[in-house]
Amino acid sequence: MIRYLLAAFAALMLCAGVSAAQESQDGSAQVSPIQALLQEHAALIEKASRRTIEPAIAALRDSGLPEARAVLENWQAKELWQRKEDGLFFFAEEIDRSTYRLIEIDGGAPVGEYAKSDIDQLKPNSGVRGLIAAALVQFQLMDPNPAKRAEALDAIQRDPEPDHLPALLGALETETDPGIRAREERLVRLLTITYGDDEAARVEAINSFAGDLGVDARAALNPLLATRREAVAGDLPTDLNIARELKPGSEELSEAAAYSLLVDNDLAPARISAADRRAALETNIEGGRVGGVPVGQLDTEEARDRAYAALAQAGIVPPTATAADLAAALDAHVFFDRYLEPSTAITDAAEAALARMNLRVGLNQALDLTLDALSLASIYFLAAIGLAITFGVMGVINMAHGEFIMMGAYTGYVVQQIVPNYTVSILVALPLAFAVTFAAGVAMERLVIRWLYNRPLETLLATFGISIALQQLAKNIFGTQARPLTSPGWLDGALVLNDVVSISYIRIAIFVLALLFLGVFLFIMRRTRLGLEVRAVTQNPRMAASMGINPDRINMLTFGLGSGIAGIAGVAIGLYAKVTSELGSDYIVQSFMTVVVGGVGNIWGTLLGATMIGFLQKGIEWLNPSNTLAAQTYMIIFIIIFIQFRPRGIIALKGRAAGD
Amino acid sequence: MTGTFLTRNPSVPIFLACLALFTLAVTMTSEAAGTGALSTSFLKTLGKTLCLCLVALAMDLVWGYTGILSLGHMAFFGIGGYMIGMWLMYARTEDIVTASMANSAIPPTEQEVVDAIGTQIFGVVGSAEFPPIWAFADSLWIQLALVVLVPGLLALVFGWLAFRSRVTGVYLSILTQAMTLALALYLFQNDSGLRGNNGLSGLQNIPGLTAVPQSQLSLWFFWASAVALGAGYLLCAWVVSGKFGSVIRGIRDDEARVRFLGYSVEGYKLFVFTLTAVIAGIAGALYYPQAGIINPAEIAPIASIYLAVWVAIGGRGRLYGAVIGAAFVSLLSTMFTGGQVPSVPLGFYTINWVDWWQVLLGLSFVLVTLFAPKGIGGLFDLISGRRAPDRHGADLGPDKGSFREQEAEQ
Repeated sequence: MIRYLLAAFAALMLCAGVSAAQESQDGSAQVSPIQALLQEHAALIEKASRRTIEPAIAALRDSGLPEARAVLENWQAKELWQRKEDGLFFFAEEIDRSTYRLIEIDGGAPVGEYAKSDIDQLKPNSGVRGLIAAALVQFQLMDPNPAKRAEALDAIQRDPEPDHLPALLGALETETDPGIRAREERLVRLLTITYGDDEAARVEAINSFAGDLGVDARAALNPLLATRREAVAGDLPTDLNIARELKPGSEELSEAAAYSLLVDNDLAPARISAADRRAALETNIEGGRVGGVPVGQLDTEEARDRAYAALAQAGIVPPTATAADLAAALDAHVFFDRYLEPSTAITDAAEAALARMNLRVGLNQALDLTLDALSLASIYFLAAIGLAITFGVMGVINMAHGEFIMMGAYTGYVVQQIVPNYTVSILVALPLAFAVTFAAGVAMERLVIRWLYNRPLETLLATFGISIALQQLAKNIFGTQARPLTSPGWLDGALVLNDVVSISYIRIAIFVLALLFLGVFLFIMRRTRLGLEVRAVTQNPRMAASMGINPDRINMLTFGLGSGIAGIAGVAIGLYAKVTSELGSDYIVQSFMTVVVGGVGNIWGTLLGATMIGFLQKGIEWLNPSNTLAAQTYMIIFIIIFIQFRPRGIIALKGRAAGD
Repeated sequence: MTGTFLTRNPSVPIFLACLALFTLAVTMTSEAAGTGALSTSFLKTLGKTLCLCLVALAMDLVWGYTGILSLGHMAFFGIGGYMIGMWLMYARTEDIVTASMANSAIPPTEQEVVDAIGTQIFGVVGSAEFPPIWAFADSLWIQLALVVLVPGLLALVFGWLAFRSRVTGVYLSILTQAMTLALALYLFQNDSGLRGNNGLSGLQNIPGLTAVPQSQLSLWFFWASAVALGAGYLLCAWVVSGKFGSVIRGIRDDEARVRFLGYSVEGYKLFVFTLTAVIAGIAGALYYPQAGIINPAEIAPIASIYLAVWVAIGGRGRLYGAVIGAAFVSLLSTMFTGGQVPSVPLGFYTINWVDWWQVLLGLSFVLVTLFAPKGIGGLFDLISGRRAPDRHGADLGPDKGSFREQEAEQ
């Protein structure tokens, strides 16, 4: 009870304008230094707003008191409470919904239990919390736990403030962890660029980033080169840091834009817009005439100019600048972009540093593009390798090849519905997709294609019939919406080389799969009995038959093999694209292009074809980044022209193997 | 090779008579000029079908007679539609814009009218500027000329490139398909200048004929389509009946031999390819005002493959076969996909034809290719007593597009 009285007394003394610090000095009240400090800024803290709170936070931060950090943290977390009766600040813990136990800030001794109505919770808004967080950074930078220090650095990187610079410099003196130290040094340099006082130090910091690839460095440098477009009468001013002078009527600054710049800066009278002039003319029609010009004649610009000039002369409408006025005004002024940054040395250094950076970024982007193109090429290769067998080796056009890819993808989807583990389901789906499409391929060969050997155009149309039937069948079974084929967790994410170059693991996996199939194909064709017989049958079926090879069986197996590989490609493609019934038809034309461009009958040709098409498409996309459709259009046109010069593809078969 | 053109081609008078009778019957039952038993929408369907028959004729000429399996003729058809569509859309928007501007106090300048039309037409793709390809959209005559010129020139350039490098058979098919895909993808872009995937719409409203009811307009278009089909049939029959016809049939069956005989194979092919592209363009220009809307999806490669399907089902290498195939399959397709055919309940599953028509079409197409290479047209051989030669299973020639034994005439 005595304590309450004392506290009440202290509050009274405060009201009387006596500082709590003095109070504690003379010992009549036991108010801790931190409490005193809080009381000193009580008014600010109670009505905290982002604009006014700065002195209170600064006082806490710079006080050097051991409790300051805890106070700031609790305040930020809305866990600082104020007792209504005397205005003192406490920490608190909840006992039940309406009762709280207040805890002394200094020492942590419980003060007593209070009803919620007797205390106020301090609820700083997000702006204030941001300022508190900035102040806390300094404490965190000194934290003994390295993880906390790294967290603080993250916070600074996200939202740098001028205050962070001295805090970082202070932390750098005591930092021992080499990783954190390196980050701190980099941050100091970054902050120096933006907030440093000394020009030489800033230039040095800028130069230290030349050739750096970090997004953060570019983000720090780019604002230095921000410009503003201005115009002044007479000559170019010498006291400004001018980026470049602009001539009106040039590509960068059209005459209309230049004039509107003058108008915006009140350097020239406004020109009336066509719509406003029309409205003005409309309101001033008198007896079928405007300014003496009959309304019926006002269907040309020239007549409207005349009518408006007449109105202006009569003082009915404000005068507007004529074309001659415009030319004179443009002549009388110079137009330029000027840097917002006044120091030439800094802007020069920043430009030089950015130029070197852009060069390296460009090189890395080229590398990134190459990786992208490679992955696209491997997708095309996967889609086309089955065709390379059925079309390239057997000469059978299979328009349903795309639907086999789709069947493989749907097989993967169905397997995932049954097997919940994604890794296992993919491992099951790959051979199963092969089996399903192998069976479908064999069935198709037996039922349709073998009756149409030597009739490739009929084969094309018949397999197309199968293709639309299969597509519609898939639509009937699985619906029109896209079905997901989820890749296992270890294929998520991307391999990040630096801020510019990265490639997702799934694309790497597809690339590896493509290489694997190249190997499998080569092995089967060159090292197995089947391959030998396939080559024999494709070169000369009758001679092969007389050697005891059954061409029917070989054709069936070859076709099945090509279809089975299409199924596996379907699983791979389904992993990164959505599985729909149109999945296959999206790839069919490109797949045929790949085989034709590469050269029929040669797997290396197919590989080259896929590489060329992949690189070409990515290259065109890079030139015109917004437009994948245009890229495909130009690519196909390029291929049509390419075939003019190499009708048999990149690697053309020669002699008898060529078939004619 | 004796007798007049008509006696050498008995199918021509029969076909023209059938077409005339059909046209007469449709007119008698139409809403505008007859009993009204035929609804205007079905009249439009019939008119459109006649246009499809015309483009099927072109396809038969290029595939059935010359052996070039082009998978790009529906692209020429679509280009024809786009060319006429540009004028229809421009002129109609101009009518609307001038009508709305006529109420304003001050007469609009020419530039204001053009700007307003541009905003109306290209608002959907976020633009108001006229792209350069619309330069002649205000002139009906120039656009009509373009209906013929653009497909013709495109076919000429593409065909010249393809034929001179001796791209034949399947390669040519894939190449034409690629061309079609490229064109469709290009038109799908918003900045292609033809309103991207919105396409051109409102084409059924003919500028200057707003007072004429649709029932009357549809009948006029039906007549125009019938006249075009009749003229196209005459032209095609004339082309394939003489010496020229023999040469292109020779190219189909054995191109090398024709070349060794001294004929300019490339020239013949190029002529047929270009001529058929022009016919396709005209058919498209008649089709799309009846359809009312054209968008890039109509040009997609699949449309051209369907065209080949029609000709194959009708029977390639005979002109009436192509017409019958196109009419039969496209009308059947309209019926099945329009939900006019009752579903078949099987107890455990109900066959809903809207979903299963494509499967049926695909499979029946495979069956026709395998077992009835003559297609529906083969039925007429039962009447005329035409029989296949006994070549012991050999095709007419070594080329990919050559006739099979069953297709040939004894």
